[in-house]
Amino acid sequence: MANPTLLLVYKDILLEVKSKSAFGSIILYLVSTVFVCFLAFDGIVTMKVWNALFWIILLFASFNSILKSFIQESPDRSIYYYTLVSPTAYINAKLVFNTFMMLVLALIALIVFLIFMGNVVSNLMAFIIVVGFGVVGISSVLTLMSAIASKVRNNFTLVSILSFPVFLPQLLVLMRASESAINGRLFIDFYPDILISFVISLIAMLLSNTLFPYIWQD
Amino acid sequence: MIGFLKHSWWKVLCISILIYVILGGLLFDAPEMPVIRQTIRNVYFHVGMWFAMLFILFLGMINSILFLRTGKSQYDIKSLSMVNVGLIFGLLGLITGMIWAQNTWGAFWVNDPKLNGAAIGVLVYLAYLVLRASVEDEDKSARLSAVYSVFAFIMFFMFIMIIPRLASSSIHPGLDGNPALATGDLDPSMRKIFWPAAIGWIMLSYWMAEIVFRLRRLRNKVEEVESE
Repeated sequence: MANPTLLLVYKDILLEVKSKSAFGSIILYLVSTVFVCFLAFDGIVTMKVWNALFWIILLFASFNSILKSFIQESPDRSIYYYTLVSPTAYINAKLVFNTFMMLVLALIALIVFLIFMGNVVSNLMAFIIVVGFGVVGISSVLTLMSAIASKVRNNFTLVSILSFPVFLPQLLVLMRASESAINGRLFIDFYPDILISFVISLIAMLLSNTLFPYIWQD
Repeated sequence: MIGFLKHSWWKVLCISILIYVILGGLLFDAPEMPVIRQTIRNVYFHVGMWFAMLFILFLGMINSILFLRTGKSQYDIKSLSMVNVGLIFGLLGLITGMIWAQNTWGAFWVNDPKLNGAAIGVLVYLAYLVLRASVEDEDKSARLSAVYSVFAFIMFFMFIMIIPRLASSSIHPGLDGNPALATGDLDPSMRKIFWPAAIGWIMLSYWMAEIVFRLRRLRNKVEEVESE
């Protein structure tokens, strides 16, 4: 466990396990949003609506969860990390941790969705793969945006304003891919979409690594 | 007079080009095309706006990078001025495009990869201004927004370069990859106005950004003097 990145991830997971209330609140947020949608969209849930609702709800839950991983660090603790680890180790730890957390969230969201909104997905395995790559995309873009927003008042509004336009292209690609999965197409048919999303995620991670050191200072 | 021409020859050139473009764009013969008919003249203005916007926003990103590397506030003010001007050109591009779309496609807005890309570009830079405004500490605000503008520009650029090529269909011309137009669509007789138009609008955008930059720098100086 000498690697500082892994140590930081381990620390974040420990913190998460110890304060169950925070994670629980996001789960509750997810469940209640899905429930509200279940009631509001009563009977008019087509495949397209199902798909759109799934991604929108997942996206908003991830705004909450990823931003929280930054604002829960008190300023004093940030200074402490500053003296201990390099900025790239810190941002990589956050990237790994957020991806992991989002995977858990997305799986729970999927289960809740299947329970309340019914199963419209024909190729569930392919859909799960799409969601997996989608989660990598979300966390790769939102991590740096949350790092920026966490330094400002009104962070939740700001993180949505900053992330929406930046993430939208990827979201469109992902939604197209997941729609194919819902329609029962084979993974091999729409893997280019996944590939694009993954390449964009990689570039976003690379940019996070190069840019984060500049905002780390304060 | 000689000194003026030495420093500002390109401004004179810019004005002359734009006068030529506006007069020529409205008066020269344009090919008669189905559906769009004479509105094809809008190409000199609508596409020119996007060229100028991309150019000036790209320069803005370069200045953000320079600011992050050197920490000199003049680069930050420059990149902010360029974003301001880029947004003006972006909004003008949207407006000219929407009027054109209403006349040829029958709606102000259609769901199309290119139009979405344009909307995203404008949203990104509006978000940039919000970010700037919401941090009080000037140094911090400059650094945060520089980081955002570099990140956002690269993501935005990838979107307008990559996604439209992948889309199976687009109502907007230029599916072969050029984000603005299909070069093949352009009638040879229009090229003699189109390319000067692109260059003219780009020069104008740079000129405007320079003026905004100088204004902001002066204002900062006045504030400094007043606070002393």
